[in-house]
Amino acid sequence: MSKTAFVQLLDLAAGLVLVISFAALWLRRLATVARMIAVQGLALAAVAAVIGIYEHESELVGVAVLVGILRAGVLPGLIRRAVRAGDELREVESIINVPASLLAASALTLVSYATTRDVVALSPAPQVRAIPLGIAVVLIGMLMIVTRRKAVLQMMAVLMIDNGIALVMFLGTSGVPLAIELGIASDVLLAVFILQVLTNRIRTKFGGTDLDQLRALRD
Amino acid sequence: MSLTGTAVALLQVVLTIAAAPFLVGVMRLIRARLEGRVGPPIVQPWRDLRKLLGKDRMVSDNTGWVFSIAPLVLLASATLVAGIVPFLSTKSALDQVGDLFAVVYLLLLGTVFLSLAGLDAGTAFGGMGSSRAMTITAIAEPTVLVAIFALSVSTGSSNLGSIVAATLAHPATAASPESLLAFAALAVVTIAETGRIPVDNPNTHLELTMIHEAMVLEYSGPDLALIELAAHLRLVVFLGLLSNLFVPWGIATTAQPLQLLGAAVAVAVKIVVLAAVIAIVEVSMAKVRLFRVPELLAASFVLAFLAVTASFFLA
Repeated sequence: MSKTAFVQLLDLAAGLVLVISFAALWLRRLATVARMIAVQGLALAAVAAVIGIYEHESELVGVAVLVGILRAGVLPGLIRRAVRAGDELREVESIINVPASLLAASALTLVSYATTRDVVALSPAPQVRAIPLGIAVVLIGMLMIVTRRKAVLQMMAVLMIDNGIALVMFLGTSGVPLAIELGIASDVLLAVFILQVLTNRIRTKFGGTDLDQLRALRD
Repeated sequence: MSLTGTAVALLQVVLTIAAAPFLVGVMRLIRARLEGRVGPPIVQPWRDLRKLLGKDRMVSDNTGWVFSIAPLVLLASATLVAGIVPFLSTKSALDQVGDLFAVVYLLLLGTVFLSLAGLDAGTAFGGMGSSRAMTITAIAEPTVLVAIFALSVSTGSSNLGSIVAATLAHPATAASPESLLAFAALAVVTIAETGRIPVDNPNTHLELTMIHEAMVLEYSGPDLALIELAAHLRLVVFLGLLSNLFVPWGIATTAQPLQLLGAAVAVAVKIVVLAAVIAIVEVSMAKVRLFRVPELLAASFVLAFLAVTASFFLA
């Protein structure tokens, strides 16, 4: 793979991860947002694969396959089950409207470009230059947690934050050992399991997962 | 300003005006065939224009001067833009004066005058149409600017001809993230600005949904013909801008007749392909609710914004 093709493909895949987090804010149906998170996992796997192929590291390509299976298959599958289990309204309910959350996300993207300038200045490598994209995905995931009402959507937002962290990890370290990636993967899997169980408990106990209604204490 | 440059600009204007109604005819034919109808022949828009031009001019007593000059301003601005935008050659005579900002504001001038004309007659529908058109324009116009700005960052010039020439010189930039994002943003804006589904329905006269048709409701005869021709022309200008900014191959870099002929064929093919895609999308999609339109345009603005940040920080 030539240098220019590598830069192009890396920027495309990393850019796709960011654009998809905007799409997740824009879309209104829970099932479509869940599908977006799956596509984001695929794009993340593509980032790892591109770096692995360019630097001839077969271990990183293996990690990419693992990431693809976990983040585009297993985790979104769990989320889909949580979406299907809820018989409430299957639309996104948000505290701020869609154009406002898109503009807020754009502002967060600028913040991430501005705050990572020193990090980017450390190395001229194309991977390092794309690190702000990963930080932006993390920030947008946090925005989603703060502004969305449903517990299911906040699960998806946790996954998005994790995708962002993984993106920064791939770009910043150019490949982590397989053991560490396995550890992270099992952690995330466990977290999503716990969140799903918790969401189900909230639903059976209170009849819905709107977290804004869970603020007052009752005996 | 060279003689050949002037000839290229004139040729562009004449060709786009002659071809614009045919393009609309092609789109209507594709839609009709996809819906299982026979559909009108391709020359039908030209026949409609001829019919309208032959009719008497009817103007309401309650209208002022804005109502009379709006069709002329709309057509004149669209015609001028058709001469500026690099359709056939990067060496157009109007190229030095016509940069990105001039093109966007010339197109905006037509939109503003049409909206004023919709208000001028004092009817309820005209006012509704104008207010809707302004709501859409207020978000769409900055998107066009920002999207083309993303392309001009890497070129270092806001001149449309230079942007096209730079993409020709470095073909790899056509697939970079910023130009893909800018393309997506401009495509959404093109649909909004030319009043196609899912933003506006060009065939409707249903008062709850129409935008463009509501503004021109008071026009008849030759005035309506001018507005219709200008609307067709704007469609060609937007599609031509979209195709030549992102896929410039085939455009002439000199003013030789043979190259110009090849460029005309190339740009015609590109525009017809884009128009066919729009027609297919129109048949397969429903119009979105008017209150959702700002969401759609906000998304396209965000895409354009991401394109600019990517071209600043990634490239």
